[in-house]
Amino acid sequence: MPAVKLTVNGKPVTADVDPRTLLVQFLRENLRLTGTHVGCDTSQCGACVVHVNGKAVKSCTLLVLTADGADVRTIESLAHGDTLHPMQEAFRENHGLQCGFCTPGMIMTAVDIVNRKGNELDEKTIREELEGNLCRCTGYHNIVKAIAAGARAMGTGAQSQAAE
Amino acid sequence: MNATGIGAAVRRKEDFRFVTGKGQFTDDIDRPGQTHIHFLRSPHAHAKIRKIDTAAARALPGVLAVLTGAELAADKIGNLICGWMIHSKDGSPMKMAPHPAIAHGKACYVGDPVAVVIAETLDQAEDAAEKIAVDYEVLPAIADPAKAQQKGAPQIHDVAPANTIYQWHLGDAKAVAAAFASAKHVTRLHIVNNRLVPNAMEPRAAIGDYDAGNDSFTLWNTTQNPHVARLVISAFIGMAPEHKLRVIAPDVGGGFGSKIFIYPEEVVCLWASKKVRRPVKWVSGRTEAFLADAHGRDHVTDAEMAFDADHRITAIKAKTVANLGAYMSTFSSSVPTYLYATLLSGQYDVPQIYCEVDAVYTNTVPVDAYRGAGRPEATFVVERLVEVAARELGVDPAELRRKNFIKQFPHQTPVIMNYDAGDYLASLKKALELADHKGFAKRKRESERHGKLRGIGLSTYIEACGIAPSQAVGSLGAGVGLWESAEVRVNPTGSVEVLTGSHSHGQGHETTFAQLVSERLGIPIENIAIVHGDTDKVQFGMGSYGSRSGAVGMSAIVKALDKVEAKAKKVASHLLEAAESDIVFKDGKFTVAGTDKSAAWGEVSLHAYIAHKFTGAQLEPGLKEGAFYDPTNFTFPAGCHVCEVEIDPETGITSIAHWTAVDDFGTVVNPMIVEGQVHGGIAQGIGQAMLENAIYSGDGQLVTSSLMDYTMPRANDLPSFTVGTTMTFCPGNPLGIKGCGEAGAIASPAAVINAITDAIGSEELAMPATPQAVWAAIEKHKLSHKAA
Repeated sequence: MPAVKLTVNGKPVTADVDPRTLLVQFLRENLRLTGTHVGCDTSQCGACVVHVNGKAVKSCTLLVLTADGADVRTIESLAHGDTLHPMQEAFRENHGLQCGFCTPGMIMTAVDIVNRKGNELDEKTIREELEGNLCRCTGYHNIVKAIAAGARAMGTGAQSQAAE
Repeated sequence: MNATGIGAAVRRKEDFRFVTGKGQFTDDIDRPGQTHIHFLRSPHAHAKIRKIDTAAARALPGVLAVLTGAELAADKIGNLICGWMIHSKDGSPMKMAPHPAIAHGKACYVGDPVAVVIAETLDQAEDAAEKIAVDYEVLPAIADPAKAQQKGAPQIHDVAPANTIYQWHLGDAKAVAAAFASAKHVTRLHIVNNRLVPNAMEPRAAIGDYDAGNDSFTLWNTTQNPHVARLVISAFIGMAPEHKLRVIAPDVGGGFGSKIFIYPEEVVCLWASKKVRRPVKWVSGRTEAFLADAHGRDHVTDAEMAFDADHRITAIKAKTVANLGAYMSTFSSSVPTYLYATLLSGQYDVPQIYCEVDAVYTNTVPVDAYRGAGRPEATFVVERLVEVAARELGVDPAELRRKNFIKQFPHQTPVIMNYDAGDYLASLKKALELADHKGFAKRKRESERHGKLRGIGLSTYIEACGIAPSQAVGSLGAGVGLWESAEVRVNPTGSVEVLTGSHSHGQGHETTFAQLVSERLGIPIENIAIVHGDTDKVQFGMGSYGSRSGAVGMSAIVKALDKVEAKAKKVASHLLEAAESDIVFKDGKFTVAGTDKSAAWGEVSLHAYIAHKFTGAQLEPGLKEGAFYDPTNFTFPAGCHVCEVEIDPETGITSIAHWTAVDDFGTVVNPMIVEGQVHGGIAQGIGQAMLENAIYSGDGQLVTSSLMDYTMPRANDLPSFTVGTTMTFCPGNPLGIKGCGEAGAIASPAAVINAITDAIGSEELAMPATPQAVWAAIEKHKLSHKAA
């Protein structure tokens, strides 16, 4: 079995893996980081979004061997103890989640949108940027509000431990 | 208003774990020694299973067992059931075909499980499944419900000639015929209510864990109703006696009805775990889910509405063929009957209604309740008839509705339902105001200046929720009661646990139920825990669906709180050395009326348990009370949705310019959560109306069988929503709650289609109104007008 070596949430990780192992399987099953979810098998739903080398990636569509040497950040990296990241806080404040299953991927995508598009996001931009994230519960209305608010809060530097 | 009480937009207590990825969904749970199961599913819609050769599969590394329907039958595991008896017009019972959890002898739909592999890893199980040799004799298949009863159609089940499950009816056929005979105007529509795939974001999953030491089972399952699953799996399927089966529904990622039913997979996981003596875990793939989860809707209807000279509706009739799929799922029979026909009066005072429903088998995935369950189908029929009638009669659609609204309550409809309270004029008025209906003509001219079409459509919907009064549904064929349970446990230190038979899979009960307790007992919301989803912890409950957790689940909590308050006052009377009748309980404090003697909640709770202030003869120690609440009627949320669309006639691309919803849900516990429910429901309704369609080929292959082919609504398909409420108190339950979970999905498809047909000037449009469908309708309309 080939070996893989990568950094996950700031910690170095080494393992021998079956070459078919997807990054999402490695995170969930080998590292027990179950915050990243599997919602589909055709790369549509976005529940599996993590950050690889600072960019949003669907971890269901990447073999862990391809992430060899990479810096991977999951939903578990955002909060500091009990203190939520401003994007997480914005989702809570704006009721941007109901069942919570799409939420980790949605939040990781949201942080990535801010990283790429800045802190002042309009509705049209957010809706277009969310094309790769499905939610069946919220109708997206409050997710859009949450992301706009979280983006602004990230700009005031309140608690920026975004994927750095 | 209390900042954490009824009516407050309290931020959710459950959110911390969900936003940090610390939720515990079924796939996040691993049991020691766990194995993995893979289901081999029939690739044929209809086929005899002549032989299954599992030898090669069993020989592969890591494989513990390969099992088929033969072993399941040999172990006498019972069949899955449909729990609602429907009788046909001729009095005969519905034709329920045997439904084994693994197909035995015959496969009846693409997706029907024919064998399972249990192995150390999922990869090994999937690899071994490829080595199972199934000898099929392929049979002709029938997928189209409109053709299933025709002579010469393939017969699926021996018990159901002409693939007919039942031929049911409701209402007075003679009176309706007379009304139509003397009608001044009749509007007729042929309506297809398109088949949908629920697609909750969390795929279904189950872990069966047999404990040989205790000869008992634990099932972790993505279920909306753990106790019902436990009852069915023990009493009907015979897996274990009820007291030897624990069902746990941990965090569940959305249900929308699809996680109510008892499916083959959880039954097989339990059975397999006893056979291999190790836990067995199944997690659905998404493409697998398209073939394994119950689908929704799938009605074909011919409907007519009769009017007199004053434009009053005199009668409604409908003939529906409902596709239930290859087998009858758990509640399938009730959806096109008692959850559909009973809402055909809509918000209107209609003297006579007659509805006939034929339910049929086809070689397709079984169909059952999906958000709205029968009420979206009814609303679409009624609201399309009214809107089209208005156009045919040349009258304003809002005015035609107003003229026909029910204005006095209670109102007995001709289709069983007795509406308790409502004000349909108020919600229509507010919706038209919020939607700036008056300004539509100007906006339409502006669109036309840019070469675009613009249309506006209404949907004044009503639903029957707060499911349901047990005796009433029992008399209509339900095999279970539909009450709800709650136990309120006060701890010695004053914190409270509420054990509820309701189940939250996104609805926020950990917050809303706690709001009720916080207001009632005057204690901080942080001191209240809501416990649900474990049959070992929580007394029997019926679960969450049918917009019932507020109206029924919270009513049970109210009853239990009543008992807690009464007992606490007794304890306080001993503590404060006063007569019980002199004790006043307010804002978390017990006082002796007319004095300044008082005791705090925490003092009284402690004394209930240390029992020093009274003897056992005077009062039982403890402070814990339970209640079972059986509603006296359905509840009737109702309202008005307004959809405004702008269409590019060159491409058929339709965008929703505005969406306005004004709903009457009775008492609103948490307006933020209620709005969220409305948003989500509208999104699913727009999905049905414009995007989603589960398409079968003639030979029973599901063509749209993954998220690549089945169009789920995305953020850029939807607008933001303007949501308002009006309020008539529901007289049926102590809090006055009507419920809100399904309303958005029930109201919206009719509003969308009414708007698009208004824009294009043609009624010849079926759901989903994709750009291609809209463009084709525009072109057809142009041609027919050229010819004329």
